[in-house]
Amino acid sequence: MKHFSFGKFLAHFFLLIIVFIWVIPTFGLLISSLRDKDQVALTGWWTALKHNEFNEIVRTEKSNVQFEENGVFIITGNLLKNSPTKSVINFGITSKNPKAFKAPSKVTMKNGSTFYLKKDGSYRWTSDKEFKHKKGKRIFLTVNTPPSLTLENYKEVLVFRGLGQSFINSLTVAVPSTIIPLIIGAFAAYALSWMNFYGRDLIFATIVCLLVVPLQMSLIPILTVYNQIGNFFGVSAKSYVGIWLAHTGFGLPLKIFLLRNFIKSLPHEMFEAARVDGASHYQIFMKIILPLSIPAFASIGILQFLWVWNDLLVALVFLDKMPSEIVLTSRLREMLGEFSQNWEILTTSAFVSMIVPLFVFLSLQRYFIRGLVAGSVKG
Amino acid sequence: MAPALIILLVYLIYPVSETIRLSFFDNYGREFTGVSNYVWALNDSDFRQSILNNFLWLIVVPTTCTFLGLTIATLADRVWWGVFAKTLIFMPMAISFVGASVIWKFVYEYRGAGNDQIGILNAIIVYFGGDPHAWIAIPFWNNFFLMVIMIWIQTGLAMVIFSAALRAIPEETLEAARIDGAGEVRIFFYIIIPFLSETIVVIWTTITILVLKVFDIVLAMTNGQWGTEVLANLMFDWMFRGGGDSGRGSTIALFIMLGVIPIMIWNLRRFKMEQER
Repeated sequence: MKHFSFGKFLAHFFLLIIVFIWVIPTFGLLISSLRDKDQVALTGWWTALKHNEFNEIVRTEKSNVQFEENGVFIITGNLLKNSPTKSVINFGITSKNPKAFKAPSKVTMKNGSTFYLKKDGSYRWTSDKEFKHKKGKRIFLTVNTPPSLTLENYKEVLVFRGLGQSFINSLTVAVPSTIIPLIIGAFAAYALSWMNFYGRDLIFATIVCLLVVPLQMSLIPILTVYNQIGNFFGVSAKSYVGIWLAHTGFGLPLKIFLLRNFIKSLPHEMFEAARVDGASHYQIFMKIILPLSIPAFASIGILQFLWVWNDLLVALVFLDKMPSEIVLTSRLREMLGEFSQNWEILTTSAFVSMIVPLFVFLSLQRYFIRGLVAGSVKG
Repeated sequence: MAPALIILLVYLIYPVSETIRLSFFDNYGREFTGVSNYVWALNDSDFRQSILNNFLWLIVVPTTCTFLGLTIATLADRVWWGVFAKTLIFMPMAISFVGASVIWKFVYEYRGAGNDQIGILNAIIVYFGGDPHAWIAIPFWNNFFLMVIMIWIQTGLAMVIFSAALRAIPEETLEAARIDGAGEVRIFFYIIIPFLSETIVVIWTTITILVLKVFDIVLAMTNGQWGTEVLANLMFDWMFRGGGDSGRGSTIALFIMLGVIPIMIWNLRRFKMEQER
């Protein structure tokens, strides 16, 4: 660093702002998924680490718990259910004036009884006459609630909202849909780069074209075919095998294209030497190409895995919406309608759907970026 | 090789021709109806809306992503925490469009005026004395709020590709320019930009293809309501509406295809040049 430069300062400043904007939305999601659901609904997630004030309406004990002491009738209890972290700020005995008194204080009710409420929510209600009320008296509270982070939401969505099953379904779709095109693509790529046969260039040119064909072009005809097969054999048209093959088909051109470019970039002499020594194409492929291609496989495999994991369209078209087949993205989309106001469920579910991609991304970032860059530079 | 060919044939080549055929047939694909699906499309208000919106997406998203990606890549090269910054900006790439939609729907969340806003955008606006709005329900402008999601995801891609390309610029060239007295801004516009021209095209086409197919975001955020319909979502709608209309669905798919054909031709020409080399 030669001297303080204004340009340098601006670079830090702008980058900081951009990073901030980029991270905030995800951060908010994560925080919200860890908050208590009542708090999520009422206050912004950025207040999660602050103490919040909530208004609550609670009831005192019924008259059957009263006891007599020296001619005085007494009811005691705790309006905050003995929660050690909350505390009462204000309270009131009528809905007109719910913040009439500051805790702790002693209040005289209409019937002459005395109500004494402490900050921790415990109260002592005394009267000369016997208490007769059937329902507890309503008390209006303003409660100071400390920040509380909880994993309750995760339990809720994974166990009771079917997200756990969807998680397994997503894996069931994604793993074979990654491996199958990789294997098929590798063989095809080898053939296209080192075997001479008639029409090779034409096939490759076709693959270059197919790279950019929107998969929307395929949906209707393939769905029709699936329906016909389903009818013919009397089975459901929507099955895991169907979607594995569909993902294979849609992902194959890019896999072939990338692997072919990679294999072609390997040194020519190696293959010729192997040929001269009498190795068959199969042997060359298994003994030379595969070991050398592991990094390329990793990149391309990660790319395909994330694509399939994050896909919604193909899953909506080729998989059923029953619990045993619905994948995470599809379930999440359903939840957006079902629980449109239950942000604790939505944020938690979204985070569950992101855990695997984020883990893959953070642990295998280098391969992921390499695959993406290669894929787009040519795609 | 053989299994690859069969799969390509079944899942891509046959469907493309079949989709073209179906677009001239009725809703069950049984009776030939000529161009009636196309006539329907051109007169359908949803379809026109979609075309318009897709154009809007095509103009705004690739431009913004390219611009932001280049800016961030350039800035990140100059600060010591650049790698960390890039990781954070790239992270949305790993998130699904649906997941991103949930994230941003939460950002845009609206509560009636007077209530505590739980969406951060409205909270900021209220904090500075403005009125909260239900952002995704404001016609026309809501398109931009949806585009933000795509930009948020795809800028990372543009950024890493630019980063790689920037590193490929020979240091001597830059050094020479500096010695000749060129300022950083001049260097950026006269040396770096021309050097990156091919990279810019690549990023542009990659994001353009993606944007043409934009579907998940619109489905999850608005399902095409409030004037945000796009072709891919409209097509999905027609695939299943009233038992499914394969004719109209196919016609809409063909319009998406129309958008990628120039890119396809461009790719083919590049491939040919590569072969001849």
